[in-house]
Amino acid sequence: MSFSVTEPSKRQKSIAGFLVITYALITLVPLFWVFITGFKTPPDSISYPPKVFFSPSLEGYVNLFTTRTRVTPEQMQALPPPVGFAEAIVRNRDMVIAGPSKFGERFMNSIIIGFGSTFLSIFLGTLAAYGFSRFNVPLKDDLMFFILSTRMMPPIAVAIPIFLMYRQLGLSDTHVGMILLYTAVNISLAVWLLKGFIDEIPREYEEAALIDGYTRFQAFYKVVLPQAATGIASTAIFCLIFAWNEYAFAVLLTSGTAQTAPPFIPTIIGVGGLDWPAVAAGATLFLLPVLIFTIVLRKHLLRGITFGAVRK
Amino acid sequence: MAKIVIENLKKSFGDFTAVHSSSFTIEDGEFFMLLGPSGCGKTTTLRMIAGLEMPTSGDIYIGGEEVSQKPASKRDIAFVFQMFALYPHMNVKRNLIYPLISQGMKRKDVKRKLAEVVEILGIADILNKPVGGLSGGDRQRVALGRAIVRDPKAFMMDEPLGALDAEFREHMAEELRALHDRMNATTVYVTHDQLEAMQMGDKIVVMNEGRVEQFGTPQEIYDKPATLFVADFIGSPSMNFLEFDGAINTGDSQIDFDGQRLSVPQQRESVEGKLVLGVRPEHVALTNYHNGLQGRILATEYLGTTQIVTVKTATGEVKVRQDASVPATLDDQVGLTFNAKTLTVFNQGSGQALMSELNEGVLDRG
Repeated sequence: MSFSVTEPSKRQKSIAGFLVITYALITLVPLFWVFITGFKTPPDSISYPPKVFFSPSLEGYVNLFTTRTRVTPEQMQALPPPVGFAEAIVRNRDMVIAGPSKFGERFMNSIIIGFGSTFLSIFLGTLAAYGFSRFNVPLKDDLMFFILSTRMMPPIAVAIPIFLMYRQLGLSDTHVGMILLYTAVNISLAVWLLKGFIDEIPREYEEAALIDGYTRFQAFYKVVLPQAATGIASTAIFCLIFAWNEYAFAVLLTSGTAQTAPPFIPTIIGVGGLDWPAVAAGATLFLLPVLIFTIVLRKHLLRGITFGAVRK
Repeated sequence: MAKIVIENLKKSFGDFTAVHSSSFTIEDGEFFMLLGPSGCGKTTTLRMIAGLEMPTSGDIYIGGEEVSQKPASKRDIAFVFQMFALYPHMNVKRNLIYPLISQGMKRKDVKRKLAEVVEILGIADILNKPVGGLSGGDRQRVALGRAIVRDPKAFMMDEPLGALDAEFREHMAEELRALHDRMNATTVYVTHDQLEAMQMGDKIVVMNEGRVEQFGTPQEIYDKPATLFVADFIGSPSMNFLEFDGAINTGDSQIDFDGQRLSVPQQRESVEGKLVLGVRPEHVALTNYHNGLQGRILATEYLGTTQIVTVKTATGEVKVRQDASVPATLDDQVGLTFNAKTLTVFNQGSGQALMSELNEGVLDRG
C-alpha cells in the first residue's frame, strides 16, 4: 500500500469524520432540545423522565406572542366559539387571549439595534482601517493600541459609569444609545480585523485606479471595497453576534422602548408560571436571524477565518 | 505624447532622503530607462513623475505643464506595475475599458478603442476571461493594453518584466520595444537589470543612493562612465579598476602608472593623489610577458565566442575578454596592454571620472 504525507488515508479520513460528527452532535444536542421544547406542552416540557417523543403543540409559540387572562367556566360558556387555532389552544387552559405580548416589539428592537450597530461598526471600522493601512497617520501605533485597549477589560466593568452617563445624556432605553454602545464595543474588533484584511490588498490596485483617472475615494469604493468584501463580511458576523447576544448592558440600560430580546425572554418565566415552551420558542426564533445572516455570508466566513494562512 | 522635464526633484521620508535633487530631461517619444540597484530611488522617482508620491521639492513638467503637486488622476499618464495590478474582480475587457469609463467616454468610442487595443496586442481570445487565470504573459499584455487604451501623455513602467520567467522576458522585452516604436510614446522604464536597460533604452539614467550618477545614451554610459559606480554597475564582467598613486596635469596624454608610462586619452584636469585606472575587459589584450603590465593567469571562463581570462597582477586582478580561440593556459606568465583610447581615470576619493578627451562631451552635461 502506498503511503503519502499529504493525502490522508481512508482510515484517517473516517476517523476524522467520526470525530467531527460526534463533536457536532454533542454541541447540537442543547440546541435541538431548545428547538423541541418549543413545540411541547408545558406539562411535557417538565415531565420526568424527559420526553423525547411527544405530540407537538404550538402552545409555546402562542404563549410567546400573546398575553392571556384566566376566565371562570361560566364566562367561558358565555364566549362565542374560538376563532383561529391560537384561541382554541388558549381556551384549553381555561384562558382567553387578552392581547399581543411584547415579544414582537422586543425582537424588532434586537434587529434594529443589532444590525444598526453592526452597520455603524463596519462603516466606521472600514474607513478607519483603510486610513490606518494606507496613510501616514501621526501616532499610528499609539492610536491602534488605544483602540485595542478599549477591549482590555470586560465592557461590563464600565457599566456603572455608562449607566450614569446615559442617564445624564438621555440615552438610556433608546435605540440610538444602544447602537452607539454596541458600536463602541465592536469598533476596536472591526478596525483591527479590517486593517488586517486591507493590509493584504496590494496598494497597486488603488494606484492603478488613481492613474486611470479615479479619485482616491472612487479608488477606495470601486477597487478596495470589492477586494475587502470577505473581510467585511466576516467582521460583520462577529459584530452582529456580539450585539445580538449582549445581555448585561441590555438588562441595565433598557427596560421599555429599546429593550432587546435577550433581557425580555427570561421575563416570560414570571408572567405565566414556568412557561418553558414559550421561553424555548423565544430562544428558537431569537437564533434565526444570526443563523440566516451567517448562512448568507458563510462563503466569506470560511475565507475570513483562515485569512493570512492562505494566499489568494 | 509629451516631453518630460525633471528639475531638482527631491523626496524625503522623515530623516531619510530617497531622492536627492535630481534633474534630467526625457525627450518626446523617448524610451527612457531609470537604472540602479534596489533602494537607489529609481522607483520613487518614477512614482513622483506618475503622481503616486508627492515630491518634497522640485518641479516636474509633462508636456510643458508643471504637475508636481497634481494628483495622479489629473496627469494623464499610464502606469504598468511590476505585479500588473489588474483589477482582480473584473474580467479582461472590464480591466481594459476601466480607464475610459473614468473619462466618461461614449459607449461607441469605448468599443472602437477597445477593438484597437485588442488588435494591437492580439488578445481577442481572452477578452471575456477573468484575470485570475491568465498566464504571466497575458497579464502583461492586458496591463499594457490598459495603459495604451487611453492614449496618455506618457507611460511609466516599474520593472514590468520582473515578474516573468527568464525565457519569456526576452520575448516580452522585444514586444515592448516594438510596441514603443510603433506608438512612439514617451516611456519611462524602471529596471535594476543593466542588460535590459542597455538593450531597450534610448537614454539611461543611472541612479545610486538617491543621486543621479550619469545620464546619457547606452553607448555613452558604457564607454564613458562618469563615476566609479556607473563603471562598476554597467557591464558584465564590470570594468577593471587598478588603483595607483600619481599626479595628472591638464594636457597629459601619458601617465605614470605603477612604474611605467601609459598612454591615455588627453587629460583635461590636474589632480594628484589616489587615482583609479578603469579599463573594460574587452580593451585589455594578452601579450608576452615582457610587454605592459605583468601577471599570471588565475582562471579562464569559456563563454562560447569569447572567454574571460582573469590575470593576477601586482596591482590587482584584471579580467580580460578575448576571442575564445586565443589559447590561455592557467599559471602562464603574461603581459597586459590596454587600448589607450578607451581608458578612464577616476579620482578614488570622489569616485568621479577625470575629464579627458574621451569623455568631455559627456561629463559637461553633468
